[in-house]
Amino acid sequence: MEQVEKMPETEIAEQKSKSLWVHAFYQLISDPFAKVSFIIVALYALVAILSGFDIIAGNWDVQFGEGYSAPSWQHIFGTDLFGRSVFLKTVKGTEVAMSVGLVTAIISMIIGVTLGATAGYFGGKVDEFIVWFYTTVTSIPYIMLLVAITFILGKGLIAVYLALGLSSWVNLCRLIRGEVIRHKDREYVHAASAIGANEFTKLFKHIVPNVLHIVIINFSLQFQVAIKSEVILSYLGLGVQGRPSWGTMINDAKQELAQGVWWQLAAATLAMFVVVLSLNILGDALRDALDPKLKGKK
Amino acid sequence: MVAGDPTQLLLGKHATAKQMLELKRELGLDRPFFIQYLDIVKSAFTFDFGRSWSTKQEIIEMIKIGAMPSLTVSIPAFILSTIVSIAVSLLVSFFRGSKLDRFMVFTCVAMMSISSLAYILFAQKFLAYELGLFEISGYESGFPYFLPYVLLPVLIWVVLNLGPDVRFYRTIILDEIYQDYVRTARAKGLSEKMILFKHVLKNAMIPIITYVVIQIPFLILGALLIESFFGIPGLGGITLNAINSSDFPVIRAMTVLSAVAYIIFSVITDVLYTLVDPRVRLK
Repeated sequence: MEQVEKMPETEIAEQKSKSLWVHAFYQLISDPFAKVSFIIVALYALVAILSGFDIIAGNWDVQFGEGYSAPSWQHIFGTDLFGRSVFLKTVKGTEVAMSVGLVTAIISMIIGVTLGATAGYFGGKVDEFIVWFYTTVTSIPYIMLLVAITFILGKGLIAVYLALGLSSWVNLCRLIRGEVIRHKDREYVHAASAIGANEFTKLFKHIVPNVLHIVIINFSLQFQVAIKSEVILSYLGLGVQGRPSWGTMINDAKQELAQGVWWQLAAATLAMFVVVLSLNILGDALRDALDPKLKGKK
Repeated sequence: MVAGDPTQLLLGKHATAKQMLELKRELGLDRPFFIQYLDIVKSAFTFDFGRSWSTKQEIIEMIKIGAMPSLTVSIPAFILSTIVSIAVSLLVSFFRGSKLDRFMVFTCVAMMSISSLAYILFAQKFLAYELGLFEISGYESGFPYFLPYVLLPVLIWVVLNLGPDVRFYRTIILDEIYQDYVRTARAKGLSEKMILFKHVLKNAMIPIITYVVIQIPFLILGALLIESFFGIPGLGGITLNAINSSDFPVIRAMTVLSAVAYIIFSVITDVLYTLVDPRVRLK
């Protein structure tokens, strides 16, 4: 009992001495929604990895029964046109969804942070050029940009990654630019130059870690936007080929629904709903925990 | 749809090299890229987009015909969704921190977590086909006649935008609610309703206007997916067809059109700032 009572004191002490991150961590684990969401996302990631190594759902392309049989105890999500289990296809689709989310978010993070930090820090002509560049990108409708990039790259998973990654960095870039502008004249940056740090060190070692919370929040939101966008790409015929993805499953449903086959659409939508919702809740919880402006407000 | 030489796409697999070269010359694709680029830039001012490769129509005529059906869907949908979202977000901001607020925020997030394609497919199947509440697809031009056809598309548009919009407006309003002037107003004895409508909403106008106006240029293209599913012969449907048939001039024209609209509305946003906020002056 004594130990239990002492714990909070050390926690508080750590919170005071140890910055935003520790504080955020405690706030996150005390939020049941965030915890459940995190576990769900982790489970999806695990499923994706296991199916990536062919440990589960490797037999998704095996014919199990008649085509288009409705959900039953044997096949809880029914079967598709070729009698394949929709459940296994959904599981296999997790692999595409999670990898698309992850890779896209990484690509847009790298571009957004680099360009945003450079523009904000160096200002002048460099800033003008980068602002011009991302304004140009935003003036093109999102779908057109996706189409243009896949036209150049051809079809396939790599094209999906790049198309989504290259068209989704603007928001982060804009945020980082603004935040770096606010930070670059702070005392700690002057202190860094006083001890002889060069521009590169000042920017990436001192300023960027201070705006990292924006990157993390954006990462979790980008992740789910990418999962949703994969569906649109599949609808346009630009999605992944030769393997199941939630996008192709939902896209197949346009013909199936007329025949009363709703389970493929329902399974893919449900699988997607759960993980996207979790990522959204996680993103919100991260924002509440990491954004200093929101502290004490609810 | 495949990437690669557009002349091959147009002539099919068995085209000879000579045919491809001739077609290239005809379409002006043999000229240097820079010259072709200048043509595109020029088209932003002259609106001379050439002809479609697949239907051979003048593209500017296609745009004139397609604009109306698109706008009959996108304008009512846009106005309705903006009003509904601002009203809901004012309501939840008024009850901030309460169960209602938390429930609404969660509902918004949940609504955003469903694929837009799934909304369209389910609504078309169950609301229009099974229950027969709406037209399944199609369009008729002329004032009262288009109404039944645009009802469901408008409804889907509003539902699709409700989640992100309410979240955005709520954040903006809550940002203002904790400012000092609100505390002063409250200390003065103003009612919470008065504060929300007279003080907070006015001060939140800048981000709200930015958010609203910058959506307008994209209304011209309409909702690409919604239009193609409901058979509305608007610009969105034309664009999707062009994408499916690799009709580059049409894709290019639509891109230029929306980019020009984007620039115009960015300028309008800046001008509107000076109207709602006297502190902002144009240089």
